Amino acid sequence: MTDTVQLQAICRFRVHETLVLADPDGVLVVPEVGLLVVSDLHFEKGSSFAVGGQMLPPYDTRTTLRRLAEAIERHQPRTVIALGDSFHDTRADQRMHDEDAATLCALVNRLERWIWIEGNHDPAPPPQFGGEVTDEIELAGLVFRHEPTEGAAPGEVAGHLHPCAKVRRKGRSVRNRCFATDGTRLILPAFGAYTGGLNVCDDAFTRCFGGTPDAMIMGRDRVWPVAAKACVPDRY
Amino acid sequence: MPDTQPPSLLPSRFADWFASRGWAARPHQLEMIEAAQAGEDALLIAPTGGGKTLGGFLPSLIELAETVAANPRPDRPHALHTLYISPLKALSVDVARNLMTPVSEMGLDLRIETRTGDTSQSKRQRQRAQPPDILLTTPEQLALFCATANAEAFFRDLRRIVIDEVHAIAPQKRGDLLALGLAAITRWAPDARRAGLSATVADEGGLARWLTAQSPDTSRFARIVRGAPGARPRVDILDPDTRIPWAGHSGRHAIADVYERIKASKMALVFVNTRSQAEMTFQELWNINDENLPIALHHGSLAPEQRRKVEAAMAAGKLKAVVCTSTLDLGIDWGDVDLVVQMGAPKGSSRLIQRLGRSNHQLDSPSRALLAPTNRFEHLECQAAREAVAANALDGEPLKAGALDVLAQHIMGRGCGEAFNADALFDEIRTASPYAELDRETYDKVLDFTATGGYALATYDRFRRLIKRRDGLWTARTPQIAQRHRLNVGTIVESPMLDVVVSSRGRGGHRLGQIEEWFVDQLAPGDTFLFAGQVLRFEGIEEMAVRVTRSTDTEPRIPTYNGGKFPLSTYLAARVRDLVQDPSGWDQLPSQVRDWLDLQQKRSRLPRAKGLLVETFPRSARFYLVCYPFEGRLAHQTLGMLLTRRLERMRMRPMGFVANEYALSVWGLRDLSGLDFDALFDEDMMGDDLDAWLAESQLMMRTFRNCAVIAGLIERRFPGHEKTGRQVTMSTDLIYNVLREHEPDHVLLKAAWADAGSGLLDIHRLGTALSRIKGQIEHVDLDRISPLAVPVMLEIGKEPVYGEGHESILEDVSSEDLIAEAMRLD
Repeated sequence: MTDTVQLQAICRFRVHETLVLADPDGVLVVPEVGLLVVSDLHFEKGSSFAVGGQMLPPYDTRTTLRRLAEAIERHQPRTVIALGDSFHDTRADQRMHDEDAATLCALVNRLERWIWIEGNHDPAPPPQFGGEVTDEIELAGLVFRHEPTEGAAPGEVAGHLHPCAKVRRKGRSVRNRCFATDGTRLILPAFGAYTGGLNVCDDAFTRCFGGTPDAMIMGRDRVWPVAAKACVPDRY
Repeated sequence: MPDTQPPSLLPSRFADWFASRGWAARPHQLEMIEAAQAGEDALLIAPTGGGKTLGGFLPSLIELAETVAANPRPDRPHALHTLYISPLKALSVDVARNLMTPVSEMGLDLRIETRTGDTSQSKRQRQRAQPPDILLTTPEQLALFCATANAEAFFRDLRRIVIDEVHAIAPQKRGDLLALGLAAITRWAPDARRAGLSATVADEGGLARWLTAQSPDTSRFARIVRGAPGARPRVDILDPDTRIPWAGHSGRHAIADVYERIKASKMALVFVNTRSQAEMTFQELWNINDENLPIALHHGSLAPEQRRKVEAAMAAGKLKAVVCTSTLDLGIDWGDVDLVVQMGAPKGSSRLIQRLGRSNHQLDSPSRALLAPTNRFEHLECQAAREAVAANALDGEPLKAGALDVLAQHIMGRGCGEAFNADALFDEIRTASPYAELDRETYDKVLDFTATGGYALATYDRFRRLIKRRDGLWTARTPQIAQRHRLNVGTIVESPMLDVVVSSRGRGGHRLGQIEEWFVDQLAPGDTFLFAGQVLRFEGIEEMAVRVTRSTDTEPRIPTYNGGKFPLSTYLAARVRDLVQDPSGWDQLPSQVRDWLDLQQKRSRLPRAKGLLVETFPRSARFYLVCYPFEGRLAHQTLGMLLTRRLERMRMRPMGFVANEYALSVWGLRDLSGLDFDALFDEDMMGDDLDAWLAESQLMMRTFRNCAVIAGLIERRFPGHEKTGRQVTMSTDLIYNVLREHEPDHVLLKAAWADAGSGLLDIHRLGTALSRIKGQIEHVDLDRISPLAVPVMLEIGKEPVYGEGHESILEDVSSEDLIAEAMRLD
């Protein structure tokens, strides 16, 4: 599946011996098993605000689905893992527009295998879209779960923390979503259209990596690898 | 004078009071009374010191005196008679104080009260239950009244509305909000007449229309009442012996001269254009202040208590000079100012005239002003401004059609007050002149937006904010929704600010003021910056406050606040272009500036007023294109953005650009001299190129965020549940992208577009400029940089270079080795 992909746009590296690719739109690919991993889709986050009186544009699910379909088209995986918090809350499926629900169904059922990992926002992902549900799964020498383990966890691929990194240069700065890794384990960026980010310099990452992890920062057309020491906190 | 007027205009009690002071009522004051008696709205245009405030209030005082006379009992029932609205809280307080003098001296028993954001909850409630005779307040407070039940009963007895500094409010979104509030009041109190007060009105007809309730299909205008013009101000331009800098805004070369002038004055106001300039000028003055003159600092980021202290010291005559920004532009009477210094170019003639009015609050003696240009181009601008002042030619912001985000806020507010009928509200809104041309379809869209978000994908019906009741009236769905709306009323969306707290050993400390969050985000511990007149060392952030200690550094990193950078006014720009093209008008300029222009004429060409001069030249392995539109930095930045996109498509490999108020410089790796410049500067760049750029422009996202906050799509920070500004910025960018993808015609995007036309992007002005220069481009190919190009070329490296986007920062810091080192790439 990798030969269809423009390699310069992709960051290739190993996590705990397994070769992976970080895509600039925020999905992870494990070529040897034809696997695409995506995390924190947060479907229907927009409509959850409407419940509280803030009428955010109800199109976040649609945008997220479009980008996900494009990523799947780009990488042609056999298997997709949605790494938890796919649905913003337990009623998200009830608020989802019929058209979006149909799009999601079609996407799930086109794949050989689709795995919903349970997340804290969606402890029981709704069954009507198809796919399997589990709390974690092992593939290609890696273990996939939603919440990263505190302390060493070689081979773990997780989401939950929404990593992003900030870098500064000549008095100006940029802050984007990123993959966080130290070579033994990895945390995926959040993929959902309305998801914010947590700086990799935050303590939450230190508890997992024993320090600030390196960041694979998502640029416009490619992923930029940035060493931990070049990442700065949002504020001192 | 009064004896030539019919005696009925000024009751004897008032005539006696004037006489007791040795005054006579001025003709414009009497005409205000006459207009009021005729039941007309009136716009009073009179210079500062011309008794404008009294002119606005005299009709009220006369009517109230009659009421008191008819019922002299001390416990007479009070009813709200006059509402006074000003753009500044401080102005309300000041006017209330000044009004008390004639009221008490005439023995009138009147209740005059202020109501601002600072007024206590208990006093507000008391004011509701027992309104004063005269209430002095702000546009935001009026919007809050509209958004509460019983507004109708509260305003029913109102007779007069006085709007101070009306020229400053009307062209802004605050003016839209106020116009809508006035329309509501007029429905509740149809007899209430309006009076507008101003010293500097450029578009008299427009403002007279703004002030008055419109009727369908015909424009109506307030009566214009003019005061006698004051003595013409005397304006000098500083011509220092030292070398005038090519670029920059420090004004360091002029400080010694300015100091001498301050010394020779009674009290001086030193105006600057930005807060960072204020800090710098203050510092420079104190560096040479051998005589320890009491010189103070005043700008909008300082803590209010700090500012109040400076204002009190001024009023008491204890200061020699105050370095200030536009915070002291508007009409508070600070005592014995006899000199106004303008550091840096004044940017517009109305602004300068307004500032000149701060000195010498007496009509008959001229105010004195000193303009201190900070670089060569500013000399041209100051000269043009002096001529404009001499001709009393005013500019100022043009009036625009009412903003749709403000309309959304007002409609929601009305739903939080008394339930409304949609048809009747439409008619009422169209009596507000900014919305007189509003069509029903747009109104319905905004109403739908307010109720449900107004999306084509109508999924939010069950979460509506406004519901239509069975009786056909619209109202907020729940009291909680109404309460949340009230916390978000207003049109001023500040960029998020953090307190600056200074402490000696890390503990305790006191608050110096507030600073923009984005600036703090750029600081690392140990960085120093200038604030509140001191060099401070950044220690860190604790509980939403910036912790700093005092530093002994002499070279601080100066905050470059984005607030307060006014663009050069269109009017003044035209005058500068005229001045430059014609050497016969240069005799007023310092010889250094004349020599510079002479050299430009020899080496290249002078820009012509009607055209656009484009120069190309090579310089250290790069090729430059410099042009001189004189349209202000904002419009130039937009032009630079569009030109580089275009050059990229033509494979000219542009690398960056930099703009100042007068010129734009673009550079790249290929020779640009052979281009078709008519095609390059063609107006069609305002189409697809602009659209593509706006899709990702940070400025556009900021513009959208402001609209989203005002329209109530997202909430501003409330005290107590602060989100950090970062979270707000993040989410509005995401919202902008999603909305643009799925509903590019959404009403909120339309509102943001309308703002982009004038605000941070100045698109409208750029469009006008491009059509002005069409077919009028003069290109000069040079072998080296021209004299006129030097200032903008010196900005390279100081100003952010817009060609370098976020990607280039990422490219700089990213290391391919990282993967090899840390991750064992195959």
